[in-house]
Amino acid sequence: MSGLEIKGVSMRYALPGGGGVQALKDVSFNLAPGEILTVLGPSGCGKTTLLNLIAGFYAPTEGQMALNGAQIQGPGAERLMVFQDGALFEWLTVEKNISFGPDMRGAPKDETQKIVSDLLETVGLKEFGNKAIYELSGGMQQRVALARCLANNPELILMDEPLGALDALTREKMQGLILQLWKKTGKTILLITHAVEEALFLGERLFVMAPRPGRIVKEYRLPFAERGLKENPRDIKASSEFIEKREEILSMIWEMEEEIMGRQD
Amino acid sequence: MSKKNKAPSGFAIWLGLAESSFQKQKTVRFGDASMVTGGRIWSILALLVLGVLWTLSGIYKWTDPIFWPSPQAVMNQFAITATEGYRYFTLWQHIGYSVFRVLAGVFFGCLVGIPLGFAMGLSTKLRGIFDPIVEFMRPIPPLALIPLVVLWFGIGEKAKIILLFLTAVFIMTIAARSGVSSVKISKVYAAYSLGATKWQVLRYVILPNALPEIFTGVRTAMGVCWATVIAAELVAANVGIGFMIMVAANFLSSDLVVMGIIIIGVIGFGIEIAMRLLEGKLIPWKGKG
Repeated sequence: MSGLEIKGVSMRYALPGGGGVQALKDVSFNLAPGEILTVLGPSGCGKTTLLNLIAGFYAPTEGQMALNGAQIQGPGAERLMVFQDGALFEWLTVEKNISFGPDMRGAPKDETQKIVSDLLETVGLKEFGNKAIYELSGGMQQRVALARCLANNPELILMDEPLGALDALTREKMQGLILQLWKKTGKTILLITHAVEEALFLGERLFVMAPRPGRIVKEYRLPFAERGLKENPRDIKASSEFIEKREEILSMIWEMEEEIMGRQD
Repeated sequence: MSKKNKAPSGFAIWLGLAESSFQKQKTVRFGDASMVTGGRIWSILALLVLGVLWTLSGIYKWTDPIFWPSPQAVMNQFAITATEGYRYFTLWQHIGYSVFRVLAGVFFGCLVGIPLGFAMGLSTKLRGIFDPIVEFMRPIPPLALIPLVVLWFGIGEKAKIILLFLTAVFIMTIAARSGVSSVKISKVYAAYSLGATKWQVLRYVILPNALPEIFTGVRTAMGVCWATVIAAELVAANVGIGFMIMVAANFLSSDLVVMGIIIIGVIGFGIEIAMRLLEGKLIPWKGKG
């Protein structure tokens, strides 16, 4: 079985002094190779937990997870995460950040050099290889994070609100870059976000999650990611089809929030 | 402002004689911390005034030279000790010994303190074992250890370096421990995902991440050790800048004492400046993570 398989995964955090939080309850889905999935939901819906489980940083309290038939049992270079804060190593140059994975595995230097210079070009940072991380803007840093991830040729790329810390304009540009990289590399991508437009635009498939307990409540198949490769993103986001879906999802999340607020009373 | 259209020179701004063009545009002035700069012209003036007053006090004999010597007498002593020396050692040897003791103490303090701090930052068991010792020793002024150190190791070089080692080691341990603990979990996760082993995570992520805090520890240790070495030399030594002023005081030669105090201040300041320059060179990423 190829692709990502998630079967009946639950995650419960025990709280000190008894009790616990059900971050995820009985989540199941499959992701075929080359698909791009976005996961959307209000904070507390367990989407970050889901990503951390697939990355192998936590083990689920129940359920099975496998990538291409291999059980997920810890972090691995075949499933790489792009973190919201970049998680770059500020003591290394841009190049050394990108080559971190190959360097740790002791890959031949000249091969790595080739990969790094190709990737710098792919993400549009050709002149920046020798710069220090802190000399780069937030958007450029996320490009480095993407390149660092791609240098290991992962099968699955996990993105934890990778554009969340960027300004609106940079964000739109980076969305285009993510789509291009998806097409060019054919990687499977799972991206979580709390921005409805972003989730609609980037997701071939889109899950809406709800909190308490964290679960998938709705699934969409969307044409926008494919169209975003050819058409102007502004036109797509202004199309009636896009707006209709956006309003539908927004009102769904609105209701969820109201339900939560009501329960707190 | 008479020359409104001309940008002030950087030198004039540094002196505090002119405002930068941006400062000039500010309407809220009192209470804005960025409106207050070094004002170096006033530093120079203040030093000049002090110098003139001191000189005058020497010329007109405002004080008994035993209580406060004239600058001429201090300069004179400087010339004598620099060329002829004092108590079998030249001035440079006195300074050299003191500085050497500090460097040796900090060096051994790092050698033991940094690995200890790492161990305490990485293992619950080791933190549990060493925490009471470190937390107990930290607030004890090193001077309180002098009697025991002298009793055990005498008054030679070894005793002084051990005292300074004891001064530096706990500062370094705590700096290294907090450096290790400050690593962002996402960086550790990223490194493991990218295929790093435990050892590689330690070497290529946790260590460089801790370096800024370790360096701050070294800076603090240098300053505290400099203060401690002088005090230790006042108690028991036969060479060193602290020893020099102690003996001079016994002979009521205040001019030599004041010269020693000035040298101690200048070297302490020099150490701080040198460490800051070194920090900028070695750890340019500090505070930019």
